[in-house]
Amino acid sequence: MSLLEEKILSIDYDREIERITDMMRRYLRQTAHRRGLVVAISGGIDSSVCAALAVEAVGRKRVLALRLPEADSSDATGDRSLMLAEHLDIETITTPITDILSAIGCYQWRDSAIREVFPDYGDGWKNKIVLEGGLEGQYNHFKLVVEDPEGRQHSRRLEYHQYLQIVAATNHKQRIRKTLEYFHADRKNYAVVGTPNLLEYDQGFFVKNGDGSADIKPIAHLYKSQVYGMARHLGLPDPICDAVPTTDTYSLAQGQDEFYFALPYQQMDVALWAYRNGLPASELSGELGISEERAQLVYRDIEAKRRMTEYLVMDPASLEPVQ
Amino acid sequence: MLKDTLRQYILENFLFSDNPSDLADDDSFMEKEIIDSTGILEVIEFLEEEAGITIEDEEMVPENLDSVNRIVRFVERKQQG
Repeated sequence: MSLLEEKILSIDYDREIERITDMMRRYLRQTAHRRGLVVAISGGIDSSVCAALAVEAVGRKRVLALRLPEADSSDATGDRSLMLAEHLDIETITTPITDILSAIGCYQWRDSAIREVFPDYGDGWKNKIVLEGGLEGQYNHFKLVVEDPEGRQHSRRLEYHQYLQIVAATNHKQRIRKTLEYFHADRKNYAVVGTPNLLEYDQGFFVKNGDGSADIKPIAHLYKSQVYGMARHLGLPDPICDAVPTTDTYSLAQGQDEFYFALPYQQMDVALWAYRNGLPASELSGELGISEERAQLVYRDIEAKRRMTEYLVMDPASLEPVQ
Repeated sequence: MLKDTLRQYILENFLFSDNPSDLADDDSFMEKEIIDSTGILEVIEFLEEEAGITIEDEEMVPENLDSVNRIVRFVERKQQG
């Protein structure tokens, strides 16, 4: 039996659902004193499972789902989020955020950085950022990939300031969504559900004050493979259970492993489990069928991302604790 | 001198210090947590501007860039080659 099957997928899903929904109810009753839960649903596996768990915890009438698409959201994710809302039979509000993002300069700032690299970039072009280097022993760095209106793709390494500006601009998307989530939470006296899984939480794959912000994070202790298992166990529709993880943030299709993680999620789950449980790289290499040297690079990448993002989950610094 | 300019740049931008003893020339940026993997991209941008070189992807490795001395040796090799 593989490590993935033996250590990760073999959890007792019924018991886990009970533990999580108990925690959600306890949080609402004893800590937040709020009456229900807001979940922004993207059509991806994490938010779908969180919405389903919210319904299990407090009932469908106390869950509000938000669909918050923008210009670069794919039709497929939009369709799946609608399918989920209908499946769970929960109140759902759809608010396209493209105009808000335009007003705040999201696309303008992003495109001006892209045009430093590809001056012809404009209407009809698409873009994404791809992570490279970590598993080749290089420092992680980022390539900008654009597709011109004729469908030809071009790729070039981003300079530091270009990378920062593109990411800063696109981070508006997660932050505007969070603003709307809290508006509706305040309006209804609900709490906001955050949807990061353990892989994202451990490796800092979220936007501070964006998707990293929430009152309650019900799946932050679950590996991505476990979230998929949970989706199946909860009986969510097949297109959701089979969805490939994407960022749904850039206009070209972009897998999460392209943008951030070194490996596809099943392998990342195994690598992270092995790392957190102190397995030597030699054992990880056997599990993943990769060389020991490459397994060492995977561990090094995990450590580098932890160092780079640890401040994201820290409380703000102050000279003395303030009660 | 690239070494002096680089030391000054790292002291000012990453360590917020004007004390030269805060950075030894052989200090590993990673081990001493002076510069992380995003920060190294900033150093690369600095080097490309300051030394007039282009750093290829395969050259973006700790052996070339993880200390002041490594960077200086790497840049000198590039400029000679």
